[in-house]
Amino acid sequence: MGDLKLTNLNKAFGTVHVLHDVNLQIDDGEFVVFVGPSGCGKSTLLRIIAGLEDVTSGAIAIGGRDVGALSPAERKIAMVFQSYALYPHMSVRKNLAFGLENLKFKRAEIDARITEAARMLAIEPYLDRRPKQLSGGQRQRVAIGRAIVRDPDIFLFDEPLSNLDAALRVQTRAEITKLHREMQTTMIYVTHDQVEAMTMADKIVVLRAGRIEQVGSPLELFDHPRNLFVAGFLGSPRMNILKGRVVIGDDRSVLVDVGYPTLLRSDVDPAKVTAGQEVLAGVRPAHFALSDSEGLPFEVQYHESLGTETYVYGNLQGQSAQVIVHRYGHFAPAPGAILKITPQDDRLHVFDPASELALGRVSGRA
Amino acid sequence: MSGNVSAIGFFTRTRRAGRIDITDILSWLWLIGGTLAVLVPVLWAGMSSLKPEAEITRFPPTLLPRTAIQVEVQGFDKPLSLWNVTVDGETREMAMVRRIGLKAQMVDPANPGKPVSVDTRTISPVQRLTVATQNYTDPLTRFSFLTFLKNSVFVTFVATLLTLIVNALAAFALSKYRFRGDKAIFVLIISTLMIPLTVVMVPAYLVIVGVGLVDNLWGVIIPTVASPTGVFLLRQYMLTIPDELIEAARVDAASEFRIFWRIVLPLTAPALAVLAIFSVLWRWNDFLWPLIVLSSRENFTLQVGLNAFQGEFSVQWHYILAMTFLSLIPVTLVFLFLQRYITTGIAGTGMK
Amino acid sequence: MARAAGLADRALDLVMALFEAPINAIERVIGKGRMPYLFLAPNLVLFGIFTFLPIAIAIGYAFTGGADLLISNRPFVGLDNFRKLLACDSYLVPGSCEESLFWTAIWNTLWFVGFNVAATLLVALVTALILNRAIAARGFFRAMFFYPVLLSPVVIGLIWKWFLDRNGLLNAFLQMLGVPPEIFLLDVGWSRFFVVVVSVWFHMGFYTLILLAGLQAIPKDLYEAAAIDAATPSRTLFRITLPLLGPNLLVVLILLMIRSVQIFDEAWVLTNGGGPGTANTFIVQYIYQMAFAGDLRLYGLASAASVLMGLVLLVLTLVQLRLGKKVES
Ligand SMILES: Nc1ncnc2c1ncn2[C@@H]1O[C@H](COP(=O)(O)OP(=O)(O)OP(=O)(O)O)[C@@H](O)[C@H]1O
Ligand SMILES: [Mg+2]
Repeated sequence: MGDLKLTNLNKAFGTVHVLHDVNLQIDDGEFVVFVGPSGCGKSTLLRIIAGLEDVTSGAIAIGGRDVGALSPAERKIAMVFQSYALYPHMSVRKNLAFGLENLKFKRAEIDARITEAARMLAIEPYLDRRPKQLSGGQRQRVAIGRAIVRDPDIFLFDEPLSNLDAALRVQTRAEITKLHREMQTTMIYVTHDQVEAMTMADKIVVLRAGRIEQVGSPLELFDHPRNLFVAGFLGSPRMNILKGRVVIGDDRSVLVDVGYPTLLRSDVDPAKVTAGQEVLAGVRPAHFALSDSEGLPFEVQYHESLGTETYVYGNLQGQSAQVIVHRYGHFAPAPGAILKITPQDDRLHVFDPASELALGRVSGRA
Repeated sequence: MSGNVSAIGFFTRTRRAGRIDITDILSWLWLIGGTLAVLVPVLWAGMSSLKPEAEITRFPPTLLPRTAIQVEVQGFDKPLSLWNVTVDGETREMAMVRRIGLKAQMVDPANPGKPVSVDTRTISPVQRLTVATQNYTDPLTRFSFLTFLKNSVFVTFVATLLTLIVNALAAFALSKYRFRGDKAIFVLIISTLMIPLTVVMVPAYLVIVGVGLVDNLWGVIIPTVASPTGVFLLRQYMLTIPDELIEAARVDAASEFRIFWRIVLPLTAPALAVLAIFSVLWRWNDFLWPLIVLSSRENFTLQVGLNAFQGEFSVQWHYILAMTFLSLIPVTLVFLFLQRYITTGIAGTGMK
Repeated sequence: MARAAGLADRALDLVMALFEAPINAIERVIGKGRMPYLFLAPNLVLFGIFTFLPIAIAIGYAFTGGADLLISNRPFVGLDNFRKLLACDSYLVPGSCEESLFWTAIWNTLWFVGFNVAATLLVALVTALILNRAIAARGFFRAMFFYPVLLSPVVIGLIWKWFLDRNGLLNAFLQMLGVPPEIFLLDVGWSRFFVVVVSVWFHMGFYTLILLAGLQAIPKDLYEAAAIDAATPSRTLFRITLPLLGPNLLVVLILLMIRSVQIFDEAWVLTNGGGPGTANTFIVQYIYQMAFAGDLRLYGLASAASVLMGLVLLVLTLVQLRLGKKVES
């Protein structure tokens, strides 16, 4: 069974502590994506799961069985490497067969599995070529094929698409998702591309500096980031962060004052805050409503037109950080123009500046 | 002054198309002179090895292997030498019966009638290009040359095979694993580069005596199988094999030895080829160590055998040169076919 | 070609089949993490027995006397061997030394090293500089100069011995010029001269290759810049080429010295064992004769001489390593 449980995992390379008390539960058949900035320990965590790296402390269980002392081969996992790591001196067929031969499979069984995998991935025409004679995308598929023939309990992918061009990446992304639907096997996928994370994952694990920041479905994380880091990491362009102050309304509701007559309404529990407390208010670019009449005055600096949508960059007076506003369609405000913007209902995130933790979310305007 | 400048210019300037100056001429002279210096002694020995024993020490020597022709003539017990004779304005080949002062008695070998008397100053010996193949066949059949050859082939082949495997294993450990003491062991192995065999040959011989390999081909083979140069060369090459390949194989359930044998070794083929070529040359040419270890004739390698021959047949240069040339052939073949490999290997590693 | 590859595969398979089971059994017992020690074992055992153990023995033997092989049967003589080697009225006059052959060999070696290093370096450098020019058939010439490097010292000794023979080609050539023939190898001066000639002939191709690699590593744009700056060829040579080649030259110099000190094989064959007399007896030959060639096998004396030579080589190697480090940084 392909469920995985990590308990209090720690990893240090010499004196460098790279993973801190990682606890994680992954269910059988889930597609889990590890995301995080470069160097946060995604690959290390994946390699520990694979058995390519020892843990410093903590336990790993696959299918309820402690695999800490087992070799990669004994863990019933298969891995797709970023560089594909195809054996350059072997034909595609031999590449696929190598693992099965090592496990002493019968010839007939090996051939059957190769045929099946080659059909699934449409690599039959290349079976007798060497990896060098394949395109990047074809190599990628062979690398996946090598994992498939092993029929593992868990697939591990380490940034498998980062060597492909943009169009191929989109296509392969869809193919891997389809593969997962067909096979219903647990897949753990490392990437630092948040689009991959959002589109492919059943469950996203956000890592920062060796710690898990948040675990949840893509939309949970998008809508309810637990802290400022997750909020900033998911979503492109990133969430706008405004400095503000808590105002307690007459009805004991918590409002946020960002320096304008208009107060922003939040759903923060009033027991958690005091009036006048400094907070950070986060609004995604797409969650501003533009109007000519009411809202916060937004001075346009420039804009980027992507065709189907437009991003407008500018300033709110009294706010040091640049603010980005998203709009569908063509839109060309003149630099220096003043627009009025308002966060949509339910879309304001409030964070404590010291702990960076989310305090709650706005539900409408005051 | 200007001569000085151009002499130096000839080292630095690169040739411009279509212009030939003094520096080019000097360069070409140097290169052609050098080529001749390399070739002449070798070719001279080669030519000489084809000459019959009687001809080889003739001084001044002839360039090509020629011999005077002898013919059997009816009515004469001994074969007679053949000469070019001009009689009545017509040149003929005639056999000399005897020679008295300035006169020689000649007969027609095909039709031996009454000898004619001719002036010796008008005749010249008939020489034919003859290759003294027995210079080569005699050592192969009569002397122990074939035994030496067999021993050398055995030593070269086995030693090269062992050198490749033993050093590739060590290089694999030192390039693809991190383990306690890895750096120290690497430094230890490389430090033996500093200790040439000439320094330890006396005690190394004692070790050979101790393990009972005196006068045994294995005693020649084993002591230099572990080669710091080999470990270094192979390790540097293996470092360029991506670690992900090893990990992929590990995920593919390959044992460590299988990873070495199936993944790392085939991918190290270019470096192994370079080391193999060097090992073949080292072993084939090795002299001092086999000279020390081997004492009985049936165990001699080619080089030791050649050295022994030149002591025994000190005047029989025709045999010595023929055997020298035979032993030169494999090396020359290696050179002709693998020259590029060898020169890039040396330029890349500085080894020999 | 494909057949050969198939055969190689078969051979690899066979070895795999033979060795895999036992090695994998070991892997299961000791664990993957200790496998590198197993892979290193053959190498380290051989190094231990045939390099490190001999070093220890050499040092031990240097302090013992007698002609017995077993160290337990050898009387301890302290520094006697060294004292014997070093006892001398004047080191400049080998005849005045107790072990005069040792000092003859040292002086012969020193002279040889001096001339051989200078001559080889000069010839190799000139050849490398010429080959570095954009010259036609460069590959051919490079190969030609390199060819002797591959030959065996014995073969080279014999080929040259024949070339220099009383009836050899060189004498024939001299006779054409009207010079009387000479038995070069029986003349002290000529034989020493030709030992150097043969050594240069033998090894210069190797050093040419190393210097050529160094020359080709000098960026071409430096020469272009120099040409734009209107530098004369001599300035370019002395201000750009040689300084940039300097590190390589130093390495070649040390390497050449280390190898020259160990001259033996080709000289031994060429000069019939160091003749005429002891004119070409070098230090390795001295060690060889003391230990293996005489009626009395003076292992102690030979070991002491080996230790002394080893120290000299060690110093040279350390200098080389230091230079190598400097070159890298
Ligand atoms: N073998 C190692 N020895 C020492 N430190 C290491 C080793 N491998 C990784 N690290 C360190 O551990 C940290 C995490 O590395 P890891 O490769 O897991 O990052 P990552 O999240 O995969 O980054 P990327 O997105 O760039 O691939 C990094 O700071 C890295 O420097
Ligand atoms: Mg990574």
